[in-house]
Amino acid sequence: MTAPLLDIDDLHVTIPTDRGDLHALRGAGLRLESGKTLCLVGESGCGKSLTAMSLMGLLPRKARQSAGRFALMGTDYAGKAPKAWANLRGRDMAMIFQDPNQSLNPTMTVGVQMTEALRHFEKLSKAQAEDRAIAMLDRVGIADPRSRLGQYPHQFSGGQRQRLMIASALIGRPKLLIADEPTTALDVTIQAQILQVIAELQDELGLGLLLITHDLGVAAAIADDVAVMYAGRVIETGPVAQLFAVPAHPYTQGLMVAIPVPGRTRPGTPLPAISGRVPGLIGGVTGCAFRDRCALAGDGCASDPLPRHAFASGGFVECTRPSLSETRP
Amino acid sequence: MLSFLLRRLVVALGVAVAVSALSFALIFLTGDPAIAIAGSGGSAGDAEAIRLAYGFDRPIVVQYADWIGSALTGDFGQSIYFNIPVSEIIGNRIPVTLTLGMLAFLAALAIALPLGVAAAMRPNGFIDRFALVLAVSGQAVPSFWLGLMAIVVFGVWYGLVPISGTETWQGYILPVLVLAYSAIPELMRITRSGMIEVLNTDYIRSAQAKGLPTGRVILVHALRNAVLPLISLSAVQLGILLSGSIVIESVFAVNGLGRLAWESLLRSDLPVVQAIILILSLFYVVLTTAADLLNAWLDPRLRGGAA
Amino acid sequence: MTLETAIAPRPVSRLRKVLRNSGVTLGGLLILIVALLAILAPLIAPHDPYAQDLTQRFLPPFWHDRAVPEHLLGTDHLGRDYVSRLIYGARVSLGVGVGVVIVSGFIGISLGLIAGYFGGWIDMVISFATTIRLSLPIVLVALAAVAMGGASFTTLVTVLGLLLWDRFAVVTRAATQSLRHQEFISGLQAIGARWPRILFLEILPNMRGTILVVMTLEIANAILLESALSFLGLGVRPPMPSWGLMIAEGRENILFDPWLVALPGAMICLLVLAVNLLGDGMRDLTGEARK
Repeated sequence: MTAPLLDIDDLHVTIPTDRGDLHALRGAGLRLESGKTLCLVGESGCGKSLTAMSLMGLLPRKARQSAGRFALMGTDYAGKAPKAWANLRGRDMAMIFQDPNQSLNPTMTVGVQMTEALRHFEKLSKAQAEDRAIAMLDRVGIADPRSRLGQYPHQFSGGQRQRLMIASALIGRPKLLIADEPTTALDVTIQAQILQVIAELQDELGLGLLLITHDLGVAAAIADDVAVMYAGRVIETGPVAQLFAVPAHPYTQGLMVAIPVPGRTRPGTPLPAISGRVPGLIGGVTGCAFRDRCALAGDGCASDPLPRHAFASGGFVECTRPSLSETRP
Repeated sequence: MLSFLLRRLVVALGVAVAVSALSFALIFLTGDPAIAIAGSGGSAGDAEAIRLAYGFDRPIVVQYADWIGSALTGDFGQSIYFNIPVSEIIGNRIPVTLTLGMLAFLAALAIALPLGVAAAMRPNGFIDRFALVLAVSGQAVPSFWLGLMAIVVFGVWYGLVPISGTETWQGYILPVLVLAYSAIPELMRITRSGMIEVLNTDYIRSAQAKGLPTGRVILVHALRNAVLPLISLSAVQLGILLSGSIVIESVFAVNGLGRLAWESLLRSDLPVVQAIILILSLFYVVLTTAADLLNAWLDPRLRGGAA
Repeated sequence: MTLETAIAPRPVSRLRKVLRNSGVTLGGLLILIVALLAILAPLIAPHDPYAQDLTQRFLPPFWHDRAVPEHLLGTDHLGRDYVSRLIYGARVSLGVGVGVVIVSGFIGISLGLIAGYFGGWIDMVISFATTIRLSLPIVLVALAAVAMGGASFTTLVTVLGLLLWDRFAVVTRAATQSLRHQEFISGLQAIGARWPRILFLEILPNMRGTILVVMTLEIANAILLESALSFLGLGVRPPMPSWGLMIAEGRENILFDPWLVALPGAMICLLVLAVNLLGDGMRDLTGEARK
């Protein structure tokens, strides 16, 4: 069996603040195979975006990071100099950010921004790099790409800019694409198109895609696997069909019933919400971070380590009282 | 874009007319300029003669129109003290002040820009603290005093540079550095804050995510955006340096416009003072207008309106 | 008690927060000292700052061999006690700084409020006036105006006050524009409040932090300009003990008695530094409050 594309385990990120250390990631783990899509879901502030930043090596300077395993394509970088990992940026992994309107440099032409990494890494000539850029722009659905290379970002629409970002990220033929809420800032009608473009290119290039989203609908549509994150830890993960059909963690169940389903949810009735708030992560948390909001909480929820139940169908849940079912082996 | 250009030029023209009227009106501030020119020793008859000779008896609007009309052709009237055309006296002083001002500006920029960038890259780091000390002290030290102390220390005690005059190029060293010191704090502050703002943007993160070397991210991606506000400030600072050189020129005995203005004031040679105020104001108007146009041209979001 | 509440910071009193800001503390303390010197000058100064004694000229400060204990920091070219003149000099600097800001602040804040509140052509006219003011070479115009009006403390304060209003106007205008459309202002307009009341009683108090910061900047500016003008002989008149004038008087003998120039200059630096520290500190504090 070949090594997974991305294999992260026991990832900790701590950010010093005026009020003490913020334990933003508390032993998060992820695993992604080549050509597959892993959706990382959770509420805002649970550490999704920070995970992406950590993977890209773009954490704030004052943040401290440690990991039990931090591997790309079988090479473990945990404990190695951050520089070694940073060297993978732009070549083996690329990233698309949430807001395409803010992600392109307003004072540089689209052509320069798309080709600069190619020219830096592959030492291509201007003409060669531009040919690649044109092919890529064509592929993501920008019409008349040659003439648009000389234009500036403000001359493109929001959806086009996200296509530009995708083209720009994939032009170096990375193995791993991290997309952080790539459709959140876009119109609903554009969202589906962008996801479509990403999915097509993923198939074509055999990319591993780590898609960060708070939208479970997006996850259901595009994911192979889903990882649910809560308060800096991945609390449940598994293949999308099983996880959505039989969520095992009380938090995941809460998320599922909060989605309106046509035909089942009565219009006009409020959707059930998870009461309570995410605990503060300054100073440190022991036991299950969800226990204050959990109806099933009891003894044992406050102590570390929490029991982890592995599913034979893949994935795990981390809970003292998981809802296990025979339909999810 | 075109309408912006036109609007900006109309405003500049309006300001130019207004400052010319103000510098013209200056000699009427105290009432009768004829008496001021005649001086305390002059009799009523002297004043009357001067009034006729200078045409002070005509309506003020006519006098202004006459003055500005001649000024546009480079004729600023006669110096009362030297009794030769003002333009002759001023002509060879302008290059001296321009040289001093430009050199000081370039020196200030050469220090402030890299220091501001370095400070922004690590806020509260060592360089940032050093830059802060430099800025705070630069704003507190009167430049004429700094100049005098520099003369004592570097000119007299160590004998490294000439202590006055600009006959040799070494004579420019101290005045340029002292003048530059006063412009550094503002330039550095705006570089630093602009850089910090830009470095926190998504497009810098996406440039980093592309794996570009840090040098390219800072110097090409970030600096390009951070210098936009710096351009306007540069015009303002250069204008301030040119008009602020009056104090430095008198400290270092530099024969520039500023020293001439000061000396002319002391000998009530008002036509010279008027001309210098007008020239310095117009410099400022031209500089700030040029900066605005340059900004509009450099920023594709402003330029692109027509594209 | 949970971990969360255990590490939550105790509420810090406003005063404690101000004191924790080292710029405000240090700057404020230094200004307080200089202000006390200025106010209590007749009590503190060991000599009459105007009393000449031509037998005691150019005495050096205490660290010199030739120093006499009677004149701690020596005497000037007319044999006047330097300590006393430096102490009285604080009166001139602070007087100019405060006087100028009262005049320029009144002009600039009024213009800024009116421009920001009414907008339209009123705003255009006032902005145009500000641009004109900025185009004038300030040192030269001030020099010329003082020369015309006759060098004196009053002329100087008036001239600088009439020139240094630009920053007040720009800052007040921007702040007014952002406040104008807020709900409490619309509410006042709806109940028929008159604009002077809205401007001066409702909008103005809301920007006092910003205005205080501009005030410190302009006080520092005025002090520096006064010293430069007095140095050039067109500020306050001799024998008034202005630090700038003392530098000008000491300049003749700078090669032999450099402290005549060094000491008053150091006083200017100290005072301007203190004012700037206070201003920067306050800017940080009001910035924090805004967040």
